Amino acid sequence: MSTQPPIVNRKSKIKLYLPLIKSSQTGLLLATGIAGYLSAGTSIGLLTLLGMSFSLFLAISGSTIMNMWYDRDIDAKMKRTHKRSAASGELNQQEVFWVGMAISILGVGWALIIALPYGLVVFAGWFFDVVIYTLWLKRRTAWSIVWGGISGAMPILAGRVLTTGHIDLVGALLALAILFWIPTHTLTFSIKFREDYSNAGIPTFPSTYGETFTRATIAISSVLAALAIGWASTLIGISAGYLRLIAVLTAGLLLLAFATFRVQSEQANFGLFKYASIYMLSSMIILAMKAF
Amino acid sequence: MMKMTALDRVLLLITGLLAAYQIVVGIDQLSTAPIIAYTIAFGVLLVAGLLLIILGFDVLDSPVVVIVSTIIPLALSLGLVWEHLASFRTLYLIFTIVGFLAVALTRTIPMKNKLPTITIAVVHGIAGMTIFLLPIVLAFQGVMNSAFALVGIGGALIGIGGLLLSFLKAGKPILSKDVILKVLPGLLLLMTVCFVAGFKFG
Repeated sequence: MSTQPPIVNRKSKIKLYLPLIKSSQTGLLLATGIAGYLSAGTSIGLLTLLGMSFSLFLAISGSTIMNMWYDRDIDAKMKRTHKRSAASGELNQQEVFWVGMAISILGVGWALIIALPYGLVVFAGWFFDVVIYTLWLKRRTAWSIVWGGISGAMPILAGRVLTTGHIDLVGALLALAILFWIPTHTLTFSIKFREDYSNAGIPTFPSTYGETFTRATIAISSVLAALAIGWASTLIGISAGYLRLIAVLTAGLLLLAFATFRVQSEQANFGLFKYASIYMLSSMIILAMKAF
Repeated sequence: MMKMTALDRVLLLITGLLAAYQIVVGIDQLSTAPIIAYTIAFGVLLVAGLLLIILGFDVLDSPVVVIVSTIIPLALSLGLVWEHLASFRTLYLIFTIVGFLAVALTRTIPMKNKLPTITIAVVHGIAGMTIFLLPIVLAFQGVMNSAFALVGIGGALIGIGGLLLSFLKAGKPILSKDVILKVLPGLLLLMTVCFVAGFKFG
């Protein structure tokens, strides 16, 4: 009988676990947290910034792994996700659960040690994602995305709270911007993969209310996200040049959202989906510039 | 449609970044009207570059492309006229608005005559010649630094790009479609470099 050397096993296991943290999504959420922290424009505490980044990364990764663990049955039914290591059975389910919990506890615990208000917001994000969104609502109602959105809005609020010590208007607006941006992202996704979601029995906006209503929701939420970003940017006091850049990028987002509503093509849908991510990342970089 | 290469995407990304730079810092010292005009011009360039990166050359099939691509020369030339030809400001502003509406209308309402082609040729022609000639004349007269002539070269490049795309969309391509798509990202970058350098050092 031949056994693989342990180092190979460990390497292949890491390879199986890495996709479970959805690196692009986690990276984008982490970017919002860093932008929230830097948006206050106070002097940057490098150690605090590093601590925040790692704790947030762990908390987001932990909640994503928990989500993958719980949704492994529906992921297995969807073409897009059936190869995920939690869904395909390549990883032991109990192990996935404990790894997810351990990383979550490490991330949230670290956040609580850094600062209590910051830690509480990070915990709220984890709780909304894992308990409210994943365990409770995702399989019951298409409106679950609102709670997923609230969870997604917590990293930027957490970053802001870490510098201000409390939830201020700018923090609330930034969180609202993310909350309203998330439907632009997830609803375009649910239109693109509507068959997959339908096969898995997940209620989505397109399957519950039809595509026209979904596209109208995307357009409206894009407008609201743009308004929130614009208002927050003005309050933060970023320079006129950066405000112009945000206005240009926002105009692009709004035009694409309305084009998607009018044209109703796969191409426009995909374009909006990708542009929305670039828009959010660019906005976060611009807000972070306040610190420099 | 030809597939976009990684190099094409890199060139378009640099174009977008340069356009973003111009919006943020390149026009800060100007008055309100040119700032708005240049922000629109470089903004359209930035968003168009991003959409090309995301959707590939397929996006050029959209009928909206002709209308949107008119905005860049119109807005750029309006900014230049507003800054340097004060007596023509109102007249050129009217031309810009009427010209844009004419292109949009003739491209939206189905027509079998040559009016859409003539409209686009007139609008692009006047805007393109303004961007090409005005900076060069100003540089030669010594009103502006000689580097400002680079804006004119950018204007010539945007004119070439506009002509190639317009004739392609009209079904009478000057060069083959593959060649046009191959040179387009590089042409856009070169044009943007000329504009940004011309405004900075001119």
